[in-house]
Amino acid sequence: MAQSQVRLGGLLLQHQYGEIVENVGTFLASKGSFALRDITDGTKLGVNEVKKALCVLIQHNMMDFEKNRRGLIEYTVHINKVLLITRYPRYIYCAKTLYGDVGEFLVEELLSHGQMLMSQVCRRVSDRITQALEEGQSMDEFQVRKTFVELVKTHFLQRVASPPSDSGDNADSETELQVMEKEMFLIPPAMDIDYSKVHSSVTSSSKRKREDGEEGDKVAKRPRSTSPLSDEKNEDAPDKGVYWHVNFTRFHQFFRDQSVLSAVNSKIDRYACEIVRTMLRISEKTTVPLAPTTHPMSSHEIFQNLPPELDLNRQTLGEYLTLLAEDKTEIVNKAGESGGGMYVLNMQKALETLCKASIESVVQERFGSKCSRIFRLLLMKRHLEQKQVEDMAMIPAKEAKELLYKLFSENFVTMQEIPKTPDHAPSRTFYLFGINMHQVSRMLLDRCYKAMGNLISRREHENTENRRLVEKSQRVDAIAASLQSSGADTTQMSEVEEMITPPERQQLNKLKHDISKLEQSELQLDETIFLLESYLPGSAAMVMY
Amino acid sequence: MAGRGRGRGGHRGLSFDPGALGFGRGEGLPPPTLQPPPIYPPLEFKPVPLQEGEEANYLLALKQEFRGSMRESPYFIKPQSAKKDIERYSDKYQLNGQNKRQGLGWTPDWNTFPKELRIREKKPKRLKLSVKPSLSGTKLKVKGQKGDAKEAENKLKQILQAEEDGEDDDDEDDEEEEKKKKEAEGEEEEEEELYDEEDIEEGTDYALSYFDNGEDYLDADDDALEDGPVY
Repeated sequence: MAQSQVRLGGLLLQHQYGEIVENVGTFLASKGSFALRDITDGTKLGVNEVKKALCVLIQHNMMDFEKNRRGLIEYTVHINKVLLITRYPRYIYCAKTLYGDVGEFLVEELLSHGQMLMSQVCRRVSDRITQALEEGQSMDEFQVRKTFVELVKTHFLQRVASPPSDSGDNADSETELQVMEKEMFLIPPAMDIDYSKVHSSVTSSSKRKREDGEEGDKVAKRPRSTSPLSDEKNEDAPDKGVYWHVNFTRFHQFFRDQSVLSAVNSKIDRYACEIVRTMLRISEKTTVPLAPTTHPMSSHEIFQNLPPELDLNRQTLGEYLTLLAEDKTEIVNKAGESGGGMYVLNMQKALETLCKASIESVVQERFGSKCSRIFRLLLMKRHLEQKQVEDMAMIPAKEAKELLYKLFSENFVTMQEIPKTPDHAPSRTFYLFGINMHQVSRMLLDRCYKAMGNLISRREHENTENRRLVEKSQRVDAIAASLQSSGADTTQMSEVEEMITPPERQQLNKLKHDISKLEQSELQLDETIFLLESYLPGSAAMVMY
Repeated sequence: MAGRGRGRGGHRGLSFDPGALGFGRGEGLPPPTLQPPPIYPPLEFKPVPLQEGEEANYLLALKQEFRGSMRESPYFIKPQSAKKDIERYSDKYQLNGQNKRQGLGWTPDWNTFPKELRIREKKPKRLKLSVKPSLSGTKLKVKGQKGDAKEAENKLKQILQAEEDGEDDDDEDDEEEEKKKKEAEGEEEEEEELYDEEDIEEGTDYALSYFDNGEDYLDADDDALEDGPVY
């Protein structure tokens, strides 16, 4: 699996940051941690280029560095962070649904820059929104800051832990990190929002800026650009040294909760979904994020915290809870009788259910519905002999044998030999077929990484094949745009349009269509990857089933 | 005789026994393959179409926009363009980013980044300064004043010293400065000889400020242009 991860990581780095970063990244990912000189020797690139690449990777939180025993600094790349690049659009969209456009822009800026000061990011976003709004209106930076603070409060953004400094000794770094954990979500006092100072919301932007004491001349509109950060005046930012980045764990937790809720919704009904949502909200305060099970909560507590518009009485709530607890998927477990019944949400089981459903649909689409029937049968019954499979699945024997062995050859199904006699004669041995969820999930995850890598390289291939055509169309568009801005008449415009012949236009359309299809597949594949990735760490403890 | 039965001469037959694998007589191994296997395994079932809907479209648009903006960002490190096969005269006058080669394009916070990743920018101005004193030194010498060669050298050393103090302490810088000093001194000597041979009065016809090329003289150009004004 590491090999397909490294390949995928390399492709992602290449498209995001260029070939030099890709070389450095894949070298470190496949060979381990190295110091600067070894990297330069190994990748055969220039020293300056390697330095630039390392800076970029550190800035985007994909790399760590530490001093080793000999005093040199060793760099390690975290390939799982690199793989998160595929999920960036999903994070941005999630922020949009939760916090609106302001949240969306905040998260987008932070994702494209890696880490930034709060003042910088707020300023950029407010400029960007000001530019996007109509004339006369302007976005108050106060609003932006408020949203930022909310994002921090709900832990979607967090502070960058300060790494061990170059010259410091090792003893201090431990305490530093501990201190950082407590402060992870604290806004520096300089940036705290002072509610008393604000008079009105949108149009008083100039007033607010004067009171802030920061640059009061920032009325000029700046285009949305990832312009170099050195443009900004770092020195007089009040929160110097406090960098923020996106907290991916929190987003993952949110996604996981969303998928569990939608599963409950489709399996039972929306009341059950609301109940589970309430349970999740209660457990947010008491449980460590990404724990396998939540803290037990009493049904009284759940009843008190239910949203009022649901209009459930205690009895119905009790019935729903019993229904959930007795459900085969074991998402909700009853942990005791005190307090009207203590209930626990078992997230690991929920993820397992989701994974099983995913894998079942994979089997169905790849091998057919009869195979899927056999697969589900094996999931239910855990160990079956071949003859039993034929009988229970109600499929003719020859076909059943064929399908079972096909599944076995593709490693979806495992086989256990149990000999009756010491000489292991085949005619006198039980051959039991079963499914090991952990193993199958791993295998599928590896396949998914490979598939994602294939999608990206196919997209690249399409681009290079049609590069000449794409460049031509870009040039034509540029000519057309310049003609239009200088006020040309329609004959000239139509001449320019005709520079691209109809078959070329068709080819261009087809290219666009293909590329968007490939990208959409990537996004959808990423959802499966996310599900499998969240399931795997918890299931490692369970060896079989 | 040799050759009967299974001997070294017998190439007939297979290296393994088909009976042991479970094939009966007559049935058997698949026919020999005459072409390479197909590139892709056969696709039995067509895949389900992709998700549709507003959310999917929006996500797609976000993804494409993000990708496009990352390409333009300073984090995207473009590899250095390959050198052209023939050096063209117009290359000297190209302003297309030859000066941006060294820098990073954005400043990280050096408190949190390891200091060894800092890229030292080569400053072309040092070359300019090293040219100047050598000429003034020779002119003075040609006029016949004694001890001026030494003065010129002292001046040169002072200038280089001032530069050194203004920069970060770095071993490379010192080495480069020593090299520059030696270069300048070497040039000085060469030019002395040239001037002795040529007409003496050429040195006084030109105003001393003639060779002042201004601040942005060497910024946009290659090292090759430095040879220009030395006639």
